[in-house]
Amino acid sequence: MTNQTSDVLDVTDLRTYFPVRSRGLIPRTIGAVKAVDGVSLSLDAGETLGLVGESGSGKTTAARSILMLVRPTGGSVKIDGEEITDLSARKLMPIRRKAQMIFQDPYNALNPRHTVGAIITAPFKVQKVVPPGGVKKGVLELMERVGLNPEHYNRYPNEFSGGQRQRIGIARAIALRPKLIVCDEPVSALDVSIQAQILNLLRDLQKEFGIAYLFVAHDLAVVRQISHRVAVMYLGKIMETAPRELIYSRPLHPYTHSLLSAVPVPDPKRQAHRKSRIVLHGDLPSPIDPPSGCVFRTRCFQAQERCAVEVPPLVELAPGHHVACHFPIAVEDLPARAEVQALTADDPQEATPDVQIVSREEAADGAAGAAGKGRGAQEEALDEGGAAEEGVSLNKPRA
Amino acid sequence: MTVVQDTAAGFQSAALTGGRSLRQIIWARLRRDRVAMICLVVLVLFYLIGIFGPIVGGMVGIDPYKFDSASISDNAGKPVLDWGGISAAHPLGVEWGTGRDIMAQLLFGLRISLVIATSATLITVAIGTVVGIIAGYSGGWTDSIIGRFMDLVLAFPFLLIVLALSGVLTQRLTQLGVPEGNPSRILYLILVLSVFGWPYLARIVRGQVLSLREREFVESAVAMGSSKRRILFTEILPNLWAPILVYATLTLPAYIGTEAALSFLGVGVLPPETTFGAMLATSVTYFNVVPTYLFIPGTALVILVVSFNLLGDSLRDALDPKAIH
Repeated sequence: MTNQTSDVLDVTDLRTYFPVRSRGLIPRTIGAVKAVDGVSLSLDAGETLGLVGESGSGKTTAARSILMLVRPTGGSVKIDGEEITDLSARKLMPIRRKAQMIFQDPYNALNPRHTVGAIITAPFKVQKVVPPGGVKKGVLELMERVGLNPEHYNRYPNEFSGGQRQRIGIARAIALRPKLIVCDEPVSALDVSIQAQILNLLRDLQKEFGIAYLFVAHDLAVVRQISHRVAVMYLGKIMETAPRELIYSRPLHPYTHSLLSAVPVPDPKRQAHRKSRIVLHGDLPSPIDPPSGCVFRTRCFQAQERCAVEVPPLVELAPGHHVACHFPIAVEDLPARAEVQALTADDPQEATPDVQIVSREEAADGAAGAAGKGRGAQEEALDEGGAAEEGVSLNKPRA
Repeated sequence: MTVVQDTAAGFQSAALTGGRSLRQIIWARLRRDRVAMICLVVLVLFYLIGIFGPIVGGMVGIDPYKFDSASISDNAGKPVLDWGGISAAHPLGVEWGTGRDIMAQLLFGLRISLVIATSATLITVAIGTVVGIIAGYSGGWTDSIIGRFMDLVLAFPFLLIVLALSGVLTQRLTQLGVPEGNPSRILYLILVLSVFGWPYLARIVRGQVLSLREREFVESAVAMGSSKRRILFTEILPNLWAPILVYATLTLPAYIGTEAALSFLGVGVLPPETTFGAMLATSVTYFNVVPTYLFIPGTALVILVVSFNLLGDSLRDALDPKAIH
């Protein structure tokens, strides 16, 4: 990840802890839920970063912390180069124009007492912005742009379907032409055909206005469709981040493998030919008392003694491909069927020492460089075929 | 771009004519509700009578203060005619002992009853809503302090305090410049009803706000950079109208009843002025002999109270955006 000054969003070591208080007359803080624990990421203009992870991994809290909807405990968030974590609500106000949010539940995200017109007008009123031609005209154009009938200006949200409501939410989010939109599972509450429409709309708007999206989702297929890069979160930490196709074709982190292997294949033959099916046992460990060392080690099939002692840093194993794992593993090296138990890796020999990966990465340097540039040109990156080829050439099977 | 502008301009006229504002929608729904319309008409009549009745009554010669000794028997003060002395001169009968016209008393008494109950309800709703919203949205220490204060207010024995402080506080109000006698006593009633009434509404509002503030539209308003004031009163308040209205429509008739009870206990207005409550209190004494004297102000009170409650119900339905219509 190159750190340019032109990044729309630059998050460094973001930590959001929720205090756990004892019950009683005088509550004491007795611990903290480490919902987000040291997340770093950055976004260029016009880029989409998919943030995936299972429920409870802290991805939504991370998204909310970035917009200061939840005040982070520590770390730095820069929007358009400006540090915002220590700003008061008043000083934050003008910056909020640059970063907006689209919410998961379109039924909750719109005030049921406000008309569609009032909802989309709100950003203009709050920020005291008058678009050319007046606010009302601007609102009608926005409605038109997101595919709503402007005649519905005076209707209430309950008169609309989920997809239409999400369009209202999108119109509200793009009203002030923000540079960044945080999408918190924007299509999870919609059915599949509507999901595609909304994703296409988001993509079109990105092309038109050069908006950067931080796209939080748990649906890997959706993330694959819209993201240029993907970051995988687990228990408040980023496990792996890579250009989209690398995450799907050449994942290196055991957790990413298990996530991908959990995606159902709608074809029994292909399902049968799947090399491995990694089943994670148990639940997420408690974020109040996360495991020592690598937080994923308790459910990791690769885990060894070292993982309990040493926190794996997020290391760039290929250009743009960062992995936080002591023992990253390529797809070909996966055991035929990995059943995951705490610190009981079946075959320690199967574990791929990171030295080996680094050497492979060097061999594939040229191709990966091309992949890195690819995300600048969005149209190409969205073309799955081209990106997939790069992915294949990046990590050749181990000799 | 020009194409978009053209269509937007074209739609603008359609949008202006096609959509309906919230008020229009609620009004249209109420219009379809026959019970609501009847209650509304009745209440409007009551208020019109309360406002203009005494003026018009004075012009046509109805006088609640005029004794009519001819209509009562000399020894006990019992109305001479049956049914409480109903006659062409006194359509609703006369008061025991004085012969004053009951219809005139109703006209004049309604005004005081409505003034007390309406003002007290408005103040209660205003304080309760604002305090409840602030407590619910702020949370933390603010919420705790407001909560304990409400507990304190509710812990006071209302009736005892009202009776005990009546003399002192009425005097104090007079010293502050309020005319002595009934104006001071009416203001005192309004104040005590409001002061002891708001915590109930504040609790209801606080509870609603606690759930509303977690909704994503509030977060969206925060993400937009809205001021706290805007979030509280533009985003959250419109979602509270239903409980507030229902509470108000229940409180107003309850205050009329409380005022009646306090008048009965001697805190209310002094004769010759009267209110529904004062009339009920007087009439109870003569119920065995002249039941109409109780029934007439009683019926008026019931119509007033029931109209408020039914209208409140209909209003709640009309205000609910999810109601089947």
